[in-house]
Amino acid sequence: MLKLEPRREPSALMFYVTPFLAIALTLAAGLLLFRILGKPPVAAMQLIFIEPLRSLRGVSELLVKATPLILIACGLALGFRANVWNIGAEGQFAAGALSGGAVALAVYPATGWWLLPLMSLAGIAGGAAWAAIPALLRTRYNTSEILVSLMLAYVAVLLLGSLVHGALRDPDGMNFPESRLFQTALPVMIPGTRAHVGFLVALAVAGAAWLLLERHMAGFQIKVLGQAPRAARFGGFSEKRLIWACFLVSGGAAGLAGLFEAAGPVGQLVPALPAGYGFTAIIVAFLGRLHPAGIVLAGLLMALTYIGGETAQISMSLPSATTSVFQGMFLFFLLATDVLVAYRPRWIATRPARAGRPLQPPAKVEA
Amino acid sequence: MELLANILISAMIAATPLVLAATGELVAERSGVLNLGVEGMMIIGAIAGFAALLASGSVLVGLLAAMLGGALMAFLFGVLTLTFRANQVASGLALTMFGLGLSALWGQGYSGRSAPPFPRLSIPGLSDLPILGRLVFGQDGLVYLSLALVAAVAYVLARTRAGLVLRAVGENHHAAHAIGYSVVGVRYLAVMFGGAMAGLGGAYLSLVQTPLWVERMTAGRGWIALALVVFAAWRPWRALLGAYLFGLITILQLHSQALGLEVDAQLLSMVPYLATIVVLVLISRDSARARLAAPACLGKSFHASS
Repeated sequence: MLKLEPRREPSALMFYVTPFLAIALTLAAGLLLFRILGKPPVAAMQLIFIEPLRSLRGVSELLVKATPLILIACGLALGFRANVWNIGAEGQFAAGALSGGAVALAVYPATGWWLLPLMSLAGIAGGAAWAAIPALLRTRYNTSEILVSLMLAYVAVLLLGSLVHGALRDPDGMNFPESRLFQTALPVMIPGTRAHVGFLVALAVAGAAWLLLERHMAGFQIKVLGQAPRAARFGGFSEKRLIWACFLVSGGAAGLAGLFEAAGPVGQLVPALPAGYGFTAIIVAFLGRLHPAGIVLAGLLMALTYIGGETAQISMSLPSATTSVFQGMFLFFLLATDVLVAYRPRWIATRPARAGRPLQPPAKVEA
Repeated sequence: MELLANILISAMIAATPLVLAATGELVAERSGVLNLGVEGMMIIGAIAGFAALLASGSVLVGLLAAMLGGALMAFLFGVLTLTFRANQVASGLALTMFGLGLSALWGQGYSGRSAPPFPRLSIPGLSDLPILGRLVFGQDGLVYLSLALVAAVAYVLARTRAGLVLRAVGENHHAAHAIGYSVVGVRYLAVMFGGAMAGLGGAYLSLVQTPLWVERMTAGRGWIALALVVFAAWRPWRALLGAYLFGLITILQLHSQALGLEVDAQLLSMVPYLATIVVLVLISRDSARARLAAPACLGKSFHASS
């Protein structure tokens, strides 16, 4: 039978191999799934994973979708490393879009070079404030941050919908539940596409996260808290301070991502703005091994499933949910193959022990 | 009085999926496994039950399919966390995302179709009594089943050998293993029971409450069920109480709209989520007590040699 033996040291090789193994398994499972659904498997997979990369439009959309994923996942990864589970980034995304967008709408029709930085700051502040609630309840009342941050995600999305229907609705908009178009937009990187400079900001944030994790005391404390909470306590690190820091940073990053989405490709506040990036970013963080460089790659891959899903929806009438099936499978297979990092599979032949065999004398230990 | 009876009846209907899912999760958590995939198992139960009912025309087949669907999802979770010892929090999230996606893919051809009305208990004479008649004797079978489930789980956990083993595995898996119980085996069973109940709760939504298939129709109920287990301090009867309180809050929110209260519908829809947070804070504020109530091995993976 197959047995799992604990390795003495986690395998560094497997640590980097398993994400690719997970991708391969997901693709195989995808082929099988399409076969069961009665769609041509190879053609469907090609449509999702290759077709978007063959046009400038596809590649630029890839950058548009990867921007929020990378931004959010970098923040979440800090928390996950410290065993702080902020899974309500979707809500912080909505809160950031809302507060940043509200700034633009409040000063309407004034505009200038100062508006976009101001909106971004408000977006960061909004996301961080929304994330402060689970941080406060966790540090003060020991309330599960998993459930609180998730419940607040539902609340934030509803709040965004309610305000866009009400106070923030475009007064000249024929009663459509939309805000005014913002008077300023994120500069576009590639002319003629929607790819905006937010992607560069996301890369910069990933770089900063790498510096923090690998080169700064706070990053070290985060890792210790996650891997050996008792050691962190003996080391005198304040667990509460770290929880607060993880939530504020990840909330701020998610808020900025929300504002970028509103001020970039969308250009206004709409109820459907939070399109699940906050949840997908959780997968991105894990698939990227909670490491900023990995997160950039994983973010691009997950963005590909979004765009491929849309392509498949249009030309093969597959539902948009195909995307989340693939995303769920990625995380599944990654978690399953991760066992290889800490354990070594070994085939052990099971033969019934023969009776009456004399006991071996213990081997002499040589001095 | 008629309004009061209506409110109470619809509160019970709103609460029943929560009762089912929370009781199942409670059993899984008492065995030491934190399965955050309740939402995913519920939605798979909802579509599996709906599809099976339309295909077979039999309510029973629909309910069994829902339980099977939920249990299969839970089995996947078990393979990840019990056999491969993956992180339980991340695995639960993966299960939820996968379930939401798969159900939408599967349910593509079912949206807009409706299920036949679910049979209700009707005892001549008794069911026609004013108010009490419909409340006590006129509900659908699953409401009674959910009550029986809570009673059965409470009894098994507290009074039987099987319940004792389950709790031992959840409180101290090394000790349970040393005595000779199969920790992983017990946990597989508990998690799959939780999955079956979550599936049944999902089917209640698609077969009884609406009765329709709508994408993402669970709308966070799986997460509320998880919160209810904390609220209940891992005790079945308190989970029932919590679920009914929740049902009442949800229905009062709906009725306030009907009564013409001038509040935005979307703001009112926040009430159940905010109420969950408030309840969680109240419960966990006393950290020593909260820690005593939680199974000691909750969320920890088990390896015999370590």
